[in-house]
Amino acid sequence: MSVSYRRIIRDGLWDNNIILVQALALCPLLAVTGSATNGLGMGLATTVVMAASAVAIALLRGIITPQIRIPVFILIIATLVTLVDMMMNARMHDLHKVLGLFIPLIVTNCAILGRAEAFASRQPVLPALLDGVMMGLGFTLALVLLGAVREILGSGMLFANAALLLGSWAKEMELVVIPDYKGFLLIILPPGGFLVLGFLLAGKRLLDGYLSRRREANLVLADVVTG
Amino acid sequence: MGTVTEPSYRKRVGYQAMLLGSFSALATVMLVSGDLATHQEIADRKREDLLLNLSEVLPAAYYDNDLLQQPLQIPNAGGASQLVYRGTQAGAVSALAYERSGSGYSGEIRILLGLTADGTILGVRVLSHSETPGLGDKIEVARDAWITRFNGLSLGNPPPEQWKVKKDGGRFDAFSGATITPRAVVLAIKEGLLFYQQQRDQLLAVTPVAVTQSGE
Repeated sequence: MSVSYRRIIRDGLWDNNIILVQALALCPLLAVTGSATNGLGMGLATTVVMAASAVAIALLRGIITPQIRIPVFILIIATLVTLVDMMMNARMHDLHKVLGLFIPLIVTNCAILGRAEAFASRQPVLPALLDGVMMGLGFTLALVLLGAVREILGSGMLFANAALLLGSWAKEMELVVIPDYKGFLLIILPPGGFLVLGFLLAGKRLLDGYLSRRREANLVLADVVTG
Repeated sequence: MGTVTEPSYRKRVGYQAMLLGSFSALATVMLVSGDLATHQEIADRKREDLLLNLSEVLPAAYYDNDLLQQPLQIPNAGGASQLVYRGTQAGAVSALAYERSGSGYSGEIRILLGLTADGTILGVRVLSHSETPGLGDKIEVARDAWITRFNGLSLGNPPPEQWKVKKDGGRFDAFSGATITPRAVVLAIKEGLLFYQQQRDQLLAVTPVAVTQSGE
């Protein structure tokens, strides 16, 4: 069974996006997306864990027997998350103070175990790595999108505290979108996460529907022209 | 996985137990070495955090020693001990800082209290809380100057019975939409001042007797 790299990239980023299509990993999603910066940090940390665990599991797939695969996968993922947690605490301490509570939650991110089981354990290293990175980036995309919408609606800002994550050059990313905004508390609180997520999921369906209708229309048109 | 001819030994319980065991051992080795590699750095970062917080509540002019050197541990009535960072000047204790906590609207609020040797507040900062964003989080100095209102006050000024929010007949403003949060902070500060009053002799003793000292 071989899968084209193009397919893997499309699946990870859009067609089979962890959040927007599979609706997995909602726990970290709703917890950290009060701001776009937090979403970005959490997304990147998850991507690192997904890519590393995919490589480890693809490498070991010949050794691990099917009967003990689940505990071994969880062991690998938990070890990687703990290592990432320690590294972030030491090297990116300010960000760790913001995200610290949520980093251990990456272990409970069912999407990572899901990809390990469904993809990495059946594929060679390279496709597994690509799948891990792409699924992670797709997750990051959804997190940043949700964080950005909630941040703009909730507090009128975008990418506040981005400098904590990316270094001082990111100061220019920190925008005040709506000056003198009084804030919209509901959107920042957990219910706002569910509301915005619902609109995002609906939005993706609408966009996909529109795109496929247009593709069909183009095909019909092409038929008419060539026919 | 899923190879066509799987050797029979792979199906034995002993083999699988050994396999799972070796993965656990490998994971342990990785975690321990990761911990060894980052342990010192994490400790340094935490120390920097603590010093930064202390510098917020104790202006540098009030002491000339290393605050983290030999913090005082005073056993509390509850069993847990209270850690006190002491600033000294010319051999005498000149400033004190310690952590207190109160229970707010949605969980614990930890504050750091800085006092002069005679019990006047030099500064108060909230270390951590989980209050409602937009309402209760005005206790953070980054969002509101409310917490600086306590600077210069002590247990006699205002008198102890007025260490409450205005709604409860006290001296301090609450902010709109949140009463429980400021009430918890005021109470935590008041209890911190009471702690100073009760333990004054021990806190100010230059060579504390019968208390355990612990360095970093």
